[in-house]
Amino acid sequence: MHTDSLTHSRLSPARRLLLLSALVLVLMTIFMTIGLKGNIGYILMHRGHILATMVLVAFASGIGTLLFQTITQNRILTPSVMGLESLFVLLQTLLIFALDIGGLSMLGSVGRFLAEGLLLVTFATLLYRWLLDGSGMDLHRVLLIGLVCGTLFRSAAGLMQRLMSPGEFAVLQSRIFATFTRADSGVLMVSALIVALVSVVVWRMRHRLDVIALGANSATALGIAYRRSVTGLLLLIALLVATSTALVGPMMFLGLLIVNLTYPLIGSWRHRDLLPGSVLIGMITLIGGQLVLERLLGMAGTLSVVIEFAGGSLFIYLLLRKAAK
Amino acid sequence: MKSFAFTAGLALLLGLTIFSLFVGVSRVTLVSLWSDPEMREILLISRFPRTAALLLAGSAMSVAGLIMQMLTQNRFVEPSVVGTTQSASLGLLLVLVVAPEAPIILKMGAATLFALLGTALFMLLISRIKMKSSLMVPLAGIMLGAVFSSVTTFFAMKFDLLQALGAWESGDFSSVMQGRYELLWGVGIITLLAALIADRFTVAGMGRDFSVNIGLRYRQTMLIGMAMIAMISGVVIVVVGVLPFLGLIVPNIVSLALGDNLRRTVPWVALLGAILVLACDILGRLIIHPFEIPVSALLGVLGAVIFLVLIVRSKRRAY
Repeated sequence: MHTDSLTHSRLSPARRLLLLSALVLVLMTIFMTIGLKGNIGYILMHRGHILATMVLVAFASGIGTLLFQTITQNRILTPSVMGLESLFVLLQTLLIFALDIGGLSMLGSVGRFLAEGLLLVTFATLLYRWLLDGSGMDLHRVLLIGLVCGTLFRSAAGLMQRLMSPGEFAVLQSRIFATFTRADSGVLMVSALIVALVSVVVWRMRHRLDVIALGANSATALGIAYRRSVTGLLLLIALLVATSTALVGPMMFLGLLIVNLTYPLIGSWRHRDLLPGSVLIGMITLIGGQLVLERLLGMAGTLSVVIEFAGGSLFIYLLLRKAAK
Repeated sequence: MKSFAFTAGLALLLGLTIFSLFVGVSRVTLVSLWSDPEMREILLISRFPRTAALLLAGSAMSVAGLIMQMLTQNRFVEPSVVGTTQSASLGLLLVLVVAPEAPIILKMGAATLFALLGTALFMLLISRIKMKSSLMVPLAGIMLGAVFSSVTTFFAMKFDLLQALGAWESGDFSSVMQGRYELLWGVGIITLLAALIADRFTVAGMGRDFSVNIGLRYRQTMLIGMAMIAMISGVVIVVVGVLPFLGLIVPNIVSLALGDNLRRTVPWVALLGAILVLACDILGRLIIHPFEIPVSALLGVLGAVIFLVLIVRSKRRAY
């Protein structure tokens, strides 16, 4: 159905990727150089920090969501919509709770991040193994369970925070929105390392991913150890989500927005094209969005909210279009 | 037997009500109530309004959830799931931006109007869904709510009102005092009216053709139902905040126990809603005394767990 329009299109996926890369470079340059005055060294460092954060989030969110949709064979489910980010926030809270009691506060930000990541990977892999294995569960049920799980994790985290420090809760609450300026350099380094490792692993799997996207039966028939591969991929996804959430906080619809722009813009079903495509489009969304909001509209700090709005609307559209078929 | 159970429920509610009057940071005891004027004042200005607000808001939100479930013929919806509450917050926020000093009645009016618009939009949206999967309706609603919330957050960020909004929205009865909650009595009357005409909403939920066929004004009934939901949600959000999942879990629990004969279940829904909110509030006052946990924090966890159980269970039941 879609292949027709693809074969007729003028640009090959490789060319499209090249164009997108050029656009990313232009945006990055504008982002770094626009309105430079005053203490240039400091500004460049500050902007470089934000830029690095955005690039890492684009990697984590784009690849993580793409992998998740490959496993689940649909375009609506994403790790964040399924409550993975909220689970991470809950685990963070639980860990602070445990650390307070156990007196293990010498872990530092990097150590804490690693411990949180480990916990998330374990829990998420178990939870989603169960959810995806629940054969006979239709897509809508899985989605709704994921969404309500997300609400549950969020409320549980909120409840725990109130129990721990009722006085400071109001202040904390108003700060949970995703921002691109808060990650410290230690966490940034670790994240970069994780993202790089995962990206290499995923890139080496790119041809196998094309087969996995065909579904359990076809993939097994073609000689893929399907179950084991899916578990491995879930693990990688959890790692990526942990990275992105630790860096900027929960952004429920970013992944959904990125991959649903990627499919039509790249015009290929091969992961060889989709993987870099999703990363590039993630960067364009974040850097371009930031530039437009901050420089053109004078609304700094609202990027995550605008992405929520666009992503939520897109989700409703996808849901209705699917139902209309 | 059934009426005995209802009486037992009422007795429990009465017990909790009396308990609620005497739990809190300032000591209020029955014995010294007559001699100590300060205690009497606390009881009249703070404790009594708080308890009344708990009862009224609890039963009203539960009944609002029930009406919504009837109008949509879907068990998985309630005002905070489908965007009604979120659009009410948006209305409230706009008043906070435009006229922060506006009287509370204006805030309620704006919240109600937006709640009505949000609900109408949701109804329009689900009427577009051709293949009515029972799970699709709450899904679309949750997303609509998320979109409304993002608009609200955007304006709140822009006008530096995030914290104020958070304080308004959190379902918290500790700020309910004499002079701030009285409109909840109006909500109580709406709830009573809704209970009286509940069976019409059931018919309307069967669809336009069926309703017209048996002589019901379809459009009018739908509008009345939505207006009632909007008024209840609008007032409750301004006075106490969001009570998440309440309107979803209470009607579902009642329906599991007593079936779907509305004339019999509506009083139960109102009663159980009041008991649940009252119990959660008392618990919230006791857990980390002298601090308080707002009802919404407890309801959010409890409600989400029950919602999950209902979704997983519904796989086995034919909906």
